[in-house]
Amino acid sequence: MPITVEHVTHFLTAAAELIHAHRDELTALDAAIGDADHGANLDRGFAAVIARLPTVADKDIGTVLKTTGMTIVSTVGGASGPLYGTAFVRAGMALADRHEMSAEDVVLALEAALDGIVARGKAQPGEKTMVDALVPAIEALRAALAEGRSLTRAMQAAAAAAAAGAQATIPMLAMKGRASYLGERSIGHQDPGATSTAYLLQALAMTCSRNEEEA
Amino acid sequence: MIGLLIVSHSARLAEGVQEFVGQIGGDQIPVVAAGGASDGSLGTSVERILAGLEQLRTADGILALVDLGSAVMSVETALEHFSGPPVQISNAPLVEGAYLAAVEASNAEATLEQVAAAALQARELTKVYE
Repeated sequence: MPITVEHVTHFLTAAAELIHAHRDELTALDAAIGDADHGANLDRGFAAVIARLPTVADKDIGTVLKTTGMTIVSTVGGASGPLYGTAFVRAGMALADRHEMSAEDVVLALEAALDGIVARGKAQPGEKTMVDALVPAIEALRAALAEGRSLTRAMQAAAAAAAAGAQATIPMLAMKGRASYLGERSIGHQDPGATSTAYLLQALAMTCSRNEEEA
Repeated sequence: MIGLLIVSHSARLAEGVQEFVGQIGGDQIPVVAAGGASDGSLGTSVERILAGLEQLRTADGILALVDLGSAVMSVETALEHFSGPPVQISNAPLVEGAYLAAVEASNAEATLEQVAAAALQARELTKVYE
C-alpha cells in the first residue's frame, strides 16, 4: 500500500503530540547543556505546523513537507528551527509533486533530511547532535528493508536505533552548538537534539504501525 | 556603502550594539538590529533577519555580525530567501567586530571585503595591556 499525504499528516500529528508530551523533558535536557528552550521551541513549532496542515491537505507530499519546514523555520527561535526546518524542506524537495511514496522513498526523504541538517549545522557523527540519532536510524532502516522486512518493522528498527543513538550521546563531548561552549562539562548529558530526533523517528514508526493495523 | 546587520539572541542586545555603533557613524552607516525570536523572546528569527536584510537592500554589501548558537544558521537560512547585495557572515565577536566594521564602513568607498577584514581584527584586539 503506497504512502499518501494522509499518512504524512498522521506522522506530523503524531510528531507534534510526542514533542508536546516530552516538552519538559527536552527542555530539561537542554537546560543541562544548552539554553533550556528546546522543548518549548519545538512544541511551538509543531503546534504551528498542525495549525497550517489544513491549508495544504489537498497538496502533494513535497508541498506538505516543505510547508512544514518553512513553518518550523519561522516559528522556532533556537538552532532547531533552521536545522529541522532545513531537514523538512530538503525532504520535501526530494518528494516534490509526489502524491504517493514507497518505502524506498522514505529512505530517500530521510537521507535528504540528514543532508540538510549536515549542510546547515556542519556536524559529523560523534559530535553530540541530532546527527547521532539520525545516522544510525537511516542505517537500521536501510538494513531492515534490505533484509526484506516490512516498512513498519524496518521503521521500528530505525526508531530503536535512533533512541539508542540519542542515549549514546551521553558520554560524548559536544563539538557543535551551544553545548560545545561547555567543553568537558557537556559530557554525561544526553543531547536534546538527538533526543527530539529519536521522538520524530518514533512518530514515524507509530504512523507505520497504525497504517498497517488499518490496512 | 556597506550595511551592517546585527544579529543577537537578545533584541535588546542587538539594539544596544546598533546604538553603540551609531556613535561612530551617526546616520552615515546603515546599521540594522535583528535580534530575538519572532515573538521577541530570546532566540533568533529567520523572519526578523530577512526583514533586516531587506532594509539594507540598497547597500553595496552587507556584513552580518552574530552572537552565537543558532544566529549563524538563522542568517544562512535567511540568505536562501534573499536576493540582494552580497552578504558575508563575520566570524568576529559581536560588539568589537561591529565597532571595527563601523569604523571601516564609515569610509563610503570601503568594500565588503575591507569591512569584513576590519571586523575580523576584533579577534586580535588587545583590551588589557600588561
